[in-house]
Amino acid sequence: MVANRNYSAQRTEPPALHTSAMNNIRFIRDMMERSASFTAVPGWGMTVMGSTALVAASIAFFCTAIETWLVVWMIEAVFAVSIGFVTMKRKANAADAAIFTGAGGKFMLNLCIPILAAIPLTVVLYQNGLAASLPGLWMLLYGVGVVTGGVFSVRVIQMMGYCFIGLGVAALFAPASWGNVFLAVGFGGTHILFGCVIAWRYGG
Amino acid sequence: MAKPNALRKQDSKETPAESNKLRVVHNLMSKSDPTKLDRLIHERIRLGIISALAVNESLSFKDLKKILNTSDGNLSVHARKLEEADYILCKKTFDGRVPKTEFRLSAKGKRAFERYLEHMETLIQAMRN
Repeated sequence: MVANRNYSAQRTEPPALHTSAMNNIRFIRDMMERSASFTAVPGWGMTVMGSTALVAASIAFFCTAIETWLVVWMIEAVFAVSIGFVTMKRKANAADAAIFTGAGGKFMLNLCIPILAAIPLTVVLYQNGLAASLPGLWMLLYGVGVVTGGVFSVRVIQMMGYCFIGLGVAALFAPASWGNVFLAVGFGGTHILFGCVIAWRYGG
Repeated sequence: MAKPNALRKQDSKETPAESNKLRVVHNLMSKSDPTKLDRLIHERIRLGIISALAVNESLSFKDLKKILNTSDGNLSVHARKLEEADYILCKKTFDGRVPKTEFRLSAKGKRAFERYLEHMETLIQAMRN
């Protein structure tokens, strides 16, 4: 009996080692995911986004009706999100990085939630005749998303987020007529400036 | 004497596949085998340090402490062991008056980590087949 018991203990050892090996691999993967930074933020993509924002700002400058002004910026938002997504996906593919899992997934989640929160707020503020507050609100929420997403990326991303937050707060307290200028400086200038820095320091 | 005999009898019933699995596992875990499991990396904190450094160019002491959720003393001890084995490189600088310690994986450490991963994969593969 003793011999059999010892034998069965010996026979169960290899599966335990197998489980231990699996646990070790899981642990390694977890450590890699927790420590990895998402570096696929597209520098050149951001400069293109900034350029389209400058074009949108110059068109919106001549819009007299608030509805037209809003449509111009909505179209620009769709363009910017598309450019950002496509260029980010390309850079991530080139670096063999994922954008929906690991550090990339966390970056995307933290970036997207404040941006999505801006949609119902835009509708409510427009319906209540507070469209003048929209430039400040957009930049503030975008900045919050960039700062929280930037926790999982390189430090310069968070710096860009703080710039957007600062501009957003300033726009909220500035005269309504300065809205376009703030949007041009924020979504245009800031994107171009930080896009160049990212492209130069982190490649593409 | 009865115990080894009984064991021998039971062992003789092993299939060749099972024997092969046990041999692979034994070889990987055996201390006499030249390709034995690297005990230096095998420890959890040290494995965590190496894994984190494998995907980052460099990490500060503070970063590693946060990732591994461990104490200063524990991290220091394990980092020193890896440094003594030349698995990681340590660079001490000053950020103003605050001392800053940066770690990076050495070529030797990278090779050891790759070997460790291969060991784990072989072990898993051996038990699957």
